[in-house]
Amino acid sequence: MISRNLIALACTTLLLSACAPQDKQTITVSGSSTIAPLMAEIGKRFEAQHPDVRVDVQAGGSSRGLQDARSGLAAIGMVSRSLNPDEQDLSPFIIAQDGIAMIVHASNPLDDISSEQVVALYSGRLSDWSDLGGAAGQVVKVHKAEGRSTLELFLKHFKLDNAEVHPDLVIGDNQQGIKSVAGNPHAIGYVSIGTAEYEVNLGAPIKLLALDGQPASTAALLAGQYPLQRELNLVVKGDPDANTQALLAFAQSSEVADLVEQHAFIPAP
Amino acid sequence: MSSSTPLSLRPNLDWLLRAASLGCALTAAVVLLLILLFLTQASWPLLQQPASLLGTTWQPSTGQFGLQAMLGSSLLSSLLALLLAVPAGLLVSIWLIFYAPRAVARVYGGMLGLMASIPSVVYGLWGLVVLVPLLGAWMPPGASLLAAGIVLALMILPLLMVQADVALRESARRHLPAALCLGVSSWSAIRRVLLPAAWPRLWPAILLQLGRALGETMAVLMVAGNVVQWPGSPFAPVRTLTANIALEMSYATGPHLQALYLSGWLLLVLALLLMALARIYGSRT
Amino acid sequence: MNRREAWRARALGLLALALMLAPLSLLWTVFGDGIGVLDWQFLLAEPEQAGRSGGIGPIIVSTALVLLICMSLAVPLGLGTALFLVEQVRPEGRLNLTLQWALDGLGAVPSVVFGLFGYRLFVVELGWGYSLLAGGCTLACMVLPLFIRGCEQALRDCPQSYRQAAAGLAISRVGYLRRILLPFAAPGIAAALVLSAGRALAETAVLLFTAGYVMRWPESLFDSGRTLAVHIYDLAMNVSGGSPASAATALVLLGFALVIQLLAWQIGKRPLSFAR
Repeated sequence: MISRNLIALACTTLLLSACAPQDKQTITVSGSSTIAPLMAEIGKRFEAQHPDVRVDVQAGGSSRGLQDARSGLAAIGMVSRSLNPDEQDLSPFIIAQDGIAMIVHASNPLDDISSEQVVALYSGRLSDWSDLGGAAGQVVKVHKAEGRSTLELFLKHFKLDNAEVHPDLVIGDNQQGIKSVAGNPHAIGYVSIGTAEYEVNLGAPIKLLALDGQPASTAALLAGQYPLQRELNLVVKGDPDANTQALLAFAQSSEVADLVEQHAFIPAP
Repeated sequence: MSSSTPLSLRPNLDWLLRAASLGCALTAAVVLLLILLFLTQASWPLLQQPASLLGTTWQPSTGQFGLQAMLGSSLLSSLLALLLAVPAGLLVSIWLIFYAPRAVARVYGGMLGLMASIPSVVYGLWGLVVLVPLLGAWMPPGASLLAAGIVLALMILPLLMVQADVALRESARRHLPAALCLGVSSWSAIRRVLLPAAWPRLWPAILLQLGRALGETMAVLMVAGNVVQWPGSPFAPVRTLTANIALEMSYATGPHLQALYLSGWLLLVLALLLMALARIYGSRT
Repeated sequence: MNRREAWRARALGLLALALMLAPLSLLWTVFGDGIGVLDWQFLLAEPEQAGRSGGIGPIIVSTALVLLICMSLAVPLGLGTALFLVEQVRPEGRLNLTLQWALDGLGAVPSVVFGLFGYRLFVVELGWGYSLLAGGCTLACMVLPLFIRGCEQALRDCPQSYRQAAAGLAISRVGYLRRILLPFAAPGIAAALVLSAGRALAETAVLLFTAGYVMRWPESLFDSGRTLAVHIYDLAMNVSGGSPASAATALVLLGFALVIQLLAWQIGKRPLSFAR
């Protein structure tokens, strides 16, 4: 009887003590799934230097980053493109340069693809790998869900309307796209170059196709020759507090240049 | 409280107990009401113009929130699951009761119990890693209505079989001796007497499992392909209402978010309807 | 006739075997892919590289905390409701019918709808943000009908003769509850508790919307954290090269689920003793 009561008391105390709000400041960063893994690493390094701050990173797409920054749900938003004219209420801080590459499974004999072929594939006019010079087999088109800037840039560059595209698989985060293509020898998709190279280094069975003759690599990005380039931005609304400003400065500094390169992006100047 | 407690204290404690348990019961009942209220309130603006939701195009960026294709995919995948699970489940239940050796039946029953305790996300994992590539090798892309139907069927099978077992045994208890006395062979007795007799008792279980299949999220999200369209064949990728909510919830705002709440409201109403039907049917037999 | 029967029996047996192929393949895949990664280090360490390497230590802790919150809310509420249904309400009465319908209805709600509700109420309206607390509370709402059913069953199993004997001895309601009914029903209630915990353990969709995705060691109940089920989902869907870790986590989850099933089975079978 007494022991039962003691146990109940102990549990209640534990629960109540766990309920106490923490005294660390939490900086929430949400948005693009391209930037999220890099930001998570930057955040960890920042936390090591500032023990009273926690950095929570959530993916969800660039449009979520914009929304959350505007509504205050996140201190910083991650947006993997440059800001539009109607988004000038937010201040961008560029942290890296990146591109968008078409990827296929590593076993695919194809090495490059042209813009016309991409348009024909995604609008349904071409549907077999033999039309592109590969072994016969139906092409499995992996497409991004709405709200992702990778999708917006893809549609804009190839002048496609989302209503014309009839994909075979719709994915959300970049990583999911890579996993889907890596799991299907007939698949083709498009993801961030940095994410793709990072995953290839970790052993994912995918390869990046050259677009219109330009190889999809950080070297071509540096030379400015790859057609599908984009900025990776952190956005904030108004004036952020000291710790957030410190994090922004840290993310843009040369202290994290090695992390940026590790994730196969090009550090911002 | 023993008989040594002064009489003046006892009625108070009883009253306290009554009040406390009433409070608990009301809280539990109120939760359902709260859920209905919240969802209705969250989707109210869109609920007032149902016409826009009946279209086939789901393109939140252009303000099109047609739920038709996804509702259809939800219903089709659940019905496909039932189509796969009910006949197979019935036949295997019959085998378990009448034909299987005792020991084998016990082991099989144990395996079924194990199946029932596997979380849906693990079914999804298996579907993603084994089933989808298998189907993809047969008919690309692999992630499809069929994959969703198979995974759902596996998930509802154990509970269906438990219900079928109960119904068949009851029916056997009542009718089998008489049928056998009349010289009917075992199989004919099962097919023409037991099954029809047991069938009415199976309907509530089937309806309940249909409700469960409609509400399943994770396993379907992982294997169905997530393309918003009416499936032209079982091998086409589809997106169910549940998967849609899970996918887009993290970044929807404004009318988009309302549309998601509305699809949740729709699912709730469907599930409640099915449950009500199951209960009414169950009380009639 | 006999040969046809034998042939039929064999055909049905083959069908039964074919049906078992899928779950067997599931267990084989999960075991095969995951066993290589599973070791003590895996269970205790933090996840690294988005979960590809490292372990699931913080995730197990988050899962335990969420379960704890869920059950500590569901047990008192559920037991109180079950007691009300059994003790205070007439079986044919309108109140009983309404409550039964409400509970059945609650049990029929899809899990993703619970997720939406939990998000709207706990995360947004009450302002808790993505937290273990929000996840636990929503899960409690979800397992409530299951737990109440189990408790009700256990309570109703108590023979009426005990109640009559207690009345004959002028034992108060509370006394009857404390000394006779609850000890009698305790195994059944414990089994119901364990089963509800098992159900909560397997839930994913609810927690995606309420407890979030964060992978670090939780420091308070208002922290965001992911559970085993959410981790399996994330690794399988989003992390290239994460399938082995996902399978290993699935093994851990299956292990817990199995332990829970066995516990429930054992407790439910315990001989009824009036332990003091």
